[in-house]
Amino acid sequence: MTEKKWIPQPKTPRTPIPEQAPEVRARNFDEVALGYTPAMAVEEAYRCLQCKNPLCVAGCPVGINIPKFIRAIGEKRFEDAYMALKEDNALPAVCGRVCPQEDQCEAVCIMGKKFKPVAIGRLERFAADTFIQSRHEEVFQMEPSTGKKVAVVGAGPSGLTCAGELAKKGHDVTIFEALHKAGGVLVYGIPEFRLPKKIVELEVENLRKMGVKIHTSYVIGKLFTVDELMEEEGFDAVYIATGAGLPYFMKIPGENLNGVYSANEFLTRSNLMRAFDFPEADTPIHVGKRAAVVGGGNVAMDSARTALRLGCEEVYIVYRRSEAELPARIEEVHHAKEEGINFQLLTNPISIKGDDKGWVKALECIRMELGEPDASGRRRPIPIEGSEFEFPVDIVVMAIGQGPNPLVQETTKGMDTNRWGNIKANDDGYTTKKGVFAGGDIVTGAATVILAMGAGKKAAAAMDNYLKTGEWPSID
Amino acid sequence: MYRIVDIREISPKVQRMVVEAPLIARKHRPGQFVIVINTEKGERIPLTVADKDVDKGHIVLIFQEVGKSTTEMACRKAGEELFDVVGPLGKPTHIEKVGTVVCIGGGVGTAPMHPITRAMKEAGNEVITILGARNKDLFTMEEEMTAASTEIRFTTDDGSRGRHGFVTDELQSIIDSGKKIDLVIAIGPAIMMKVVCNLTKKYNLPTVVSLNSIMVDGTGMCGACRVSIGGETKFVCVDGPEFDGHLVDFDQLMKRQQMYRTEEGIAMEKYKEEHPGGCCGGHHD
Ligand SMILES: Cc1cc2nc3c(=O)[nH]c(=O)nc-3n(C[C@H](O)[C@H](O)[C@H](O)COP(=O)(O)OP(=O)(O)OC[C@H]3O[C@@H](n4cnc5c(N)ncnc54)[C@H](O)[C@@H]3O)c2cc1C
Ligand SMILES: Cc1cc2nc3c(=O)[nH]c(=O)nc-3n(C[C@H](O)[C@H](O)[C@H](O)COP(=O)(O)OP(=O)(O)OC[C@H]3O[C@@H](n4cnc5c(N)ncnc54)[C@H](O)[C@@H]3O)c2cc1C
Ligand code: SF4
Ligand code: SF4
Ligand code: FES
Repeated sequence: MTEKKWIPQPKTPRTPIPEQAPEVRARNFDEVALGYTPAMAVEEAYRCLQCKNPLCVAGCPVGINIPKFIRAIGEKRFEDAYMALKEDNALPAVCGRVCPQEDQCEAVCIMGKKFKPVAIGRLERFAADTFIQSRHEEVFQMEPSTGKKVAVVGAGPSGLTCAGELAKKGHDVTIFEALHKAGGVLVYGIPEFRLPKKIVELEVENLRKMGVKIHTSYVIGKLFTVDELMEEEGFDAVYIATGAGLPYFMKIPGENLNGVYSANEFLTRSNLMRAFDFPEADTPIHVGKRAAVVGGGNVAMDSARTALRLGCEEVYIVYRRSEAELPARIEEVHHAKEEGINFQLLTNPISIKGDDKGWVKALECIRMELGEPDASGRRRPIPIEGSEFEFPVDIVVMAIGQGPNPLVQETTKGMDTNRWGNIKANDDGYTTKKGVFAGGDIVTGAATVILAMGAGKKAAAAMDNYLKTGEWPSID
Repeated sequence: MYRIVDIREISPKVQRMVVEAPLIARKHRPGQFVIVINTEKGERIPLTVADKDVDKGHIVLIFQEVGKSTTEMACRKAGEELFDVVGPLGKPTHIEKVGTVVCIGGGVGTAPMHPITRAMKEAGNEVITILGARNKDLFTMEEEMTAASTEIRFTTDDGSRGRHGFVTDELQSIIDSGKKIDLVIAIGPAIMMKVVCNLTKKYNLPTVVSLNSIMVDGTGMCGACRVSIGGETKFVCVDGPEFDGHLVDFDQLMKRQQMYRTEEGIAMEKYKEEHPGGCCGGHHD
């Protein structure tokens, strides 16, 4: 095919993405961003310079051939764009929506030096959505069966990616998932208004079409241990991708009062259990009129914006550092502000006050200032003496982080963990136990969707090698 | 996949449901529970496995109709399927020969007590069981419990059967008789477990209780089930459900159990409106 000439239009301003108006969307669970039209996508694609040495690719943890897929969009070969994405990313419709692009591909896009970076994430989303909406049946390149049986524990982005890759290589793959729906954080944590569940369901369905067996409501460590999977159930290798599901609390007085939630509980009730639809759905959730969400990451933003959508009148984000340190995606902070979330920055809770029935009544906080940088390089927040104050709230959501759930580690013999309880594994996913691989949040601690997927993909390659050669490296 | 093999009312508002769940039947140990989702829009309902038949691949659940979900589940019929069942969850009971064990079951607490009682007897313990209920019609699993115990005693609030009084009165009389008790296990409403623990604390009798806090996932992921044990926060679903009764903050547990009272009321009202007169009048044939 003769190459058409690509004439970039760098002076075109970055194409904004249509969104629901803040005052409307703050009261519904529909997706906030509506996505590019084909004309918008083509216009945005032409901003890309098609660099010979594309920096953006190095910024993407899975190394997507970004100029290639963008060019295809520009030339209206939308299906080609999707195929180019799929070469390196199993879930482009997800990543286009939730990747922290501003820290990754878009952070290093050359256009960002002089103008604004190309909207890589939005284009990725466009290509994926267009493909999905066209109802094209996806065609999978499957290698002949190897006769090897592989188990994947956990159906989050890491486990799903790994399962897909292994299935393509001809292995017989079974996923074991503790919850009644596959998807991990994508279904129980990230709300519908940021990531419609349909998208995840579709990807899970694709895996089924590839012959992957998905057993939901199987808690590994309880129903079967990893050792039993290998010794009794005949699995030749296991990939553990159980995520960072253990909620942390602050250990301050009043945390067990009624109305205090972990973000995991709050979001699980609303997303997975559909409490937003109560009493149509059976699971209740309590929001009251005023909510405080403690933390400054994506989880905190999701909780705050969910509380608003559930009918809360005033929602506060309480975060101990300043705006610059907020770990959430910039876009989500921006959305939260537009929707009217009240940010109490440089503020740290010190206790939760309750009434005599055991319900939350108020949150007591102290103001903070930033001192010298700490180990993470961020300036350490220090309490300002005498600045304690309290304000009335009906619920408090703790979104201060999650650790590894110990269930699988405790019940798997000879698999080492680090001092935080994460599974010890190298970059390719090998653990200290032969035949057992691990990756995603359970290894790295809470991170991102794309990193979890990248780990799943790498591990699949390593597992394929192990299943063929039986070689096991020492990982220390 | 989780077919209801049999369901019947064994005392007023208490259902015995046999469910086909071969893997769970095989893996379950006394003290562990499952989470049942009745319908697609249903909530996750924790229920103890009261009995099982490994050969047939059946588990037995005994549940009381207390709110919308359990009332709705009581209307299911044999041959139908539950939307989902996950388990076994929680830590199994520590079964050991200690000597004399007093097993106290209050209300539907008898159901979770059953496999534990049987295992304790099989381990060579002398097992004295005390079952308490409001009146004589409310006892469940009487035959099974009699078979699982060395000796069984009954108490009713109205005196219609056994001792007129509470399970603690019967426990007190065993203590007063000079009998050496090595372990007390109490399962029932939080208030019952609390008063049992208050009594056994006085006599320094080791006491194990099984807590029924509100749960969502049952795998340690959400923290809904947290309770204070000796001042430390624990998750009932993974650290329990059994704990040293003398360390449990029962008042906190009872308050937390009330968290959704308003919402539970709304759900029940709506259900009643949509099902005037109940779905099946409690008959299953
Ligand atoms: C609210 C929220 C918002 C987020 N927003 C973003 C965002 O915008 N962008 C971004 O990149 N990242 C975001 N993240 C982080 C991202 O979701 C995670 O890094 C990613 O999901 C990790 O993937 P994983 O596959 O390792 O684990 P998970 O997604 O956690 O999946 C693990 C799965 O394993 C299952 N499991 C656990 N234990 C067992 C067991 N014993 N047996 C069987 N199954 C088990 C769990 O039920 C779960 O389904 C967010 C996280 C949260 C909680
Ligand atoms: C480990 C464990 C084992 C249990 N075993 C049994 C059993 O063998 N038999 C039995 O009859 N009951 C058992 N229960 C209690 C049972 O789960 C509740 O009665 C049931 O969930 C009530 O649901 P509902 O919608 O009908 O009632 P609702 O109207 O929702 O609530 C009625 C009461 O049930 C409690 N409850 C509500 N939702 C939950 C929930 N998600 N998790 C736990 N409790 C809840 C509330 O504290 C409330 O007081 C057990 C609970 C736990 C935690
Ligand atoms: S996967 Fe994420 S980092 Fe990679 S190109 Fe897409 S949006 Fe950028
Ligand atoms: S760095 Fe930016 S301009 Fe260059 S190829 Fe990548 S997206 Fe296009
Ligand atoms: S029920 Fe969620 S942590 Fe116990």
